[in-house]
Amino acid sequence: MTISLIAQLALYFVILIAAGFPLGLYMARVYQGEKTFLDPLLAPLEHWMYRLFGIRPTDEMNWKTYALAMLVFNVLGFAVVYALQRVQGFLPLNPQALGAVSPDSSFNTAISFASNTNWQGYGGETTMSYLTQMLGMTVQNFVSAATGMAVLAAFIRGLVRHNSNTLGNFWTDLTRTVLYILLPLSIVLAVLLVSQGVVQTLTPYATAHLLEPTTDANGAAVTTQIIALGPAASQIAIKQLGTNGGGFFNVNSSHPFENATPLSNFFEMLSILLIPAALCFTFGKMVNDMRQGWALLITMLVVLIAFVGLTMLAEQNGNPAFTPLGIDQSATNLQGGGNMEGKEVRFGIPNSALWSIATTAASNGSVNSMHDSYMPLGGFSQLVMMQLGEVIFGGVGSGLYGLLVFVILAVFIAGLMVGRTPEYLGKKIEIYEMKMASLLILIMPIIVLGFAALAVVNDLALTSRLNPGAHGFSEILYAFSSTGNNNGSAFAGLVANTFFYNTLGGIAMWIARYWLAIPTLALAGSLARKKKVPESAGTLPTHSPLFVGWLIAVVLIVGALNFLPALALGPVVEQLMLR
Amino acid sequence: MLYAQFRPALVALALLTLLTGLVYPFFVTLVAQVAFPNQARGSLIVENGTVVGSALIGQAFDTPNYFWGRPSATAPFAYNAAASSGSNLGPTNPALLDAVKARVETLRAADPQNTAPIPVDLVTASASGLDPHISVAGAEYQIGRVARSRGLDESRVRALVAQFTEGRVLGILGEPRVNVLLLNRALDALK
Repeated sequence: MTISLIAQLALYFVILIAAGFPLGLYMARVYQGEKTFLDPLLAPLEHWMYRLFGIRPTDEMNWKTYALAMLVFNVLGFAVVYALQRVQGFLPLNPQALGAVSPDSSFNTAISFASNTNWQGYGGETTMSYLTQMLGMTVQNFVSAATGMAVLAAFIRGLVRHNSNTLGNFWTDLTRTVLYILLPLSIVLAVLLVSQGVVQTLTPYATAHLLEPTTDANGAAVTTQIIALGPAASQIAIKQLGTNGGGFFNVNSSHPFENATPLSNFFEMLSILLIPAALCFTFGKMVNDMRQGWALLITMLVVLIAFVGLTMLAEQNGNPAFTPLGIDQSATNLQGGGNMEGKEVRFGIPNSALWSIATTAASNGSVNSMHDSYMPLGGFSQLVMMQLGEVIFGGVGSGLYGLLVFVILAVFIAGLMVGRTPEYLGKKIEIYEMKMASLLILIMPIIVLGFAALAVVNDLALTSRLNPGAHGFSEILYAFSSTGNNNGSAFAGLVANTFFYNTLGGIAMWIARYWLAIPTLALAGSLARKKKVPESAGTLPTHSPLFVGWLIAVVLIVGALNFLPALALGPVVEQLMLR
Repeated sequence: MLYAQFRPALVALALLTLLTGLVYPFFVTLVAQVAFPNQARGSLIVENGTVVGSALIGQAFDTPNYFWGRPSATAPFAYNAAASSGSNLGPTNPALLDAVKARVETLRAADPQNTAPIPVDLVTASASGLDPHISVAGAEYQIGRVARSRGLDESRVRALVAQFTEGRVLGILGEPRVNVLLLNRALDALK
């Protein structure tokens, strides 16, 4: 067992880096406007699109225009997803004749998908028509991911350029991300997934005659099984690659039609971290110092692997309350063992635990096991991964610009300690930068903790809990940690499709996404205007192991200061109650 | 300035919707239906022209002569493949312990001679509520009961379980497992 566990982990991380490196260099070419091997195929389409947009791809934007373009595009996208859900009953490709979604749920879902969160208060197969899934969800999966990556590209340009007012062009960044990066990867992944059994069809749900009739909750005989189908693979591919996470079916990637085999699971799990990891190399390439990219990647990996280890240990040990009942939870050659409530046999503990930490770290939010049923330390790790601000891998683009803000904070604190003006990649970090960085770091915990506090003093909000006691509080804390960090996963026992959670969650997702993207662009604009200061003996190297350790400490300390008290009331109490 | 961004925003959204919302899924559907028609349509098992299940979706079994799958938390009946769901019960929730206790008792009552510890996957609800598999240990635990109630030799049932055991992918990924529906269909085909 231990050997298989370590082999699965090792294989995962080796392939992640081996695939991420070339992809990262390729993405750098895409963002620097260089030729790629896909140009013969895509360049004509790309330029035709620019003509219809009415833009010249070489037109540069300052940070305000860039932010405005990003916002206008996202608001329009929000409006389309909202409208689609409200009128899906009158539109085609709706074989199950599903009706309009309620206004508050539509509002929540529209923000959720536009903001790259993919929090889902609804069950896909019982709520959304095929058309809504395709034109609403799938499209936003692409463009919200591309939005995050575009903002990152602008931010990196802010670091690279000097004495410059501009950060690039949002429309070309958006278009090139979708055409050159997300679409080709998604097509390859979708076909791989179908080969494993992930469904991709436009036919209505199938009806199967059961081998053995069963009875429903009212004692009535059930002889058939309606099997939900749909164009799932195409949506799952981009939901995994673009750190979206919104499932086609209610139970997301634990559904056999979303994730059929251990091999499909490997591909999907790889896709969660692939682009976030590769972007570290893109960063290194664009700032012309690959060591800087490696330092960020290693920072992320160290924190991630520590929490993967903790979660695997907690889950593999199983639930101590089961042992006296004569239940075997040990790992042997014949069974995976461990805490199997809310997990699938084909994945077992290693693949469930690794996925759950990757998905909460990466702001993906897809699940292949039910987080609500994890042992307290497993749930603790998932919460911490989100509460660190989604900077350990994080959302595509947004995770890396989030971590870069922490880098700025880290060099600032280090600068204070040694009494030197802090600088990063030749840019002096001054008052304006620190103001923006502080905003970026403080907004999230205020939203998460504030909204969770509102929920626990609201009787109606409290009735949404499925589980009693400390675990019930964890459900609420998880909901706002997830929406307030654009993650989208849930302790799904919480009945979140209510006016309260739809509205507050929607606001949290909106703020977490755009109120952070705008100061990030402002910061980038300010960095681009600065002149480059040459490296001197007093420059703090930001690629050394010492700095990696320092950066990890800063991220963990800020996260712990914000959230330890709240965590103590949830998973920590629950862990103590186990004994 | 706002208006200058409005046209590209509108056109970009329209074109990207066309591209990623229609062209992309239809293209993938086309490739899938040509290259992997069976998988793309849900790996359905068809017998004499009627669909009798999917190789990837479990079904509920509760008579002693069939192997039982994982407990399922779907409503209003177990293994409702139109509304997937996990239990979402937390590890310290009394409702979870009660449910597990009841499942232990049902398994013990169906096979009183069997005093072996019960493999954990047989008493815990799966994530999807549709898990088609049980662990190999979960199948072995039930061999005695199934063989007795069918009047079959244990060795024949054991051989069948071995035949339907799927190993790890490449010997590394995932966990060894047995597909319950396929195994039970093969049991019915014996004689």
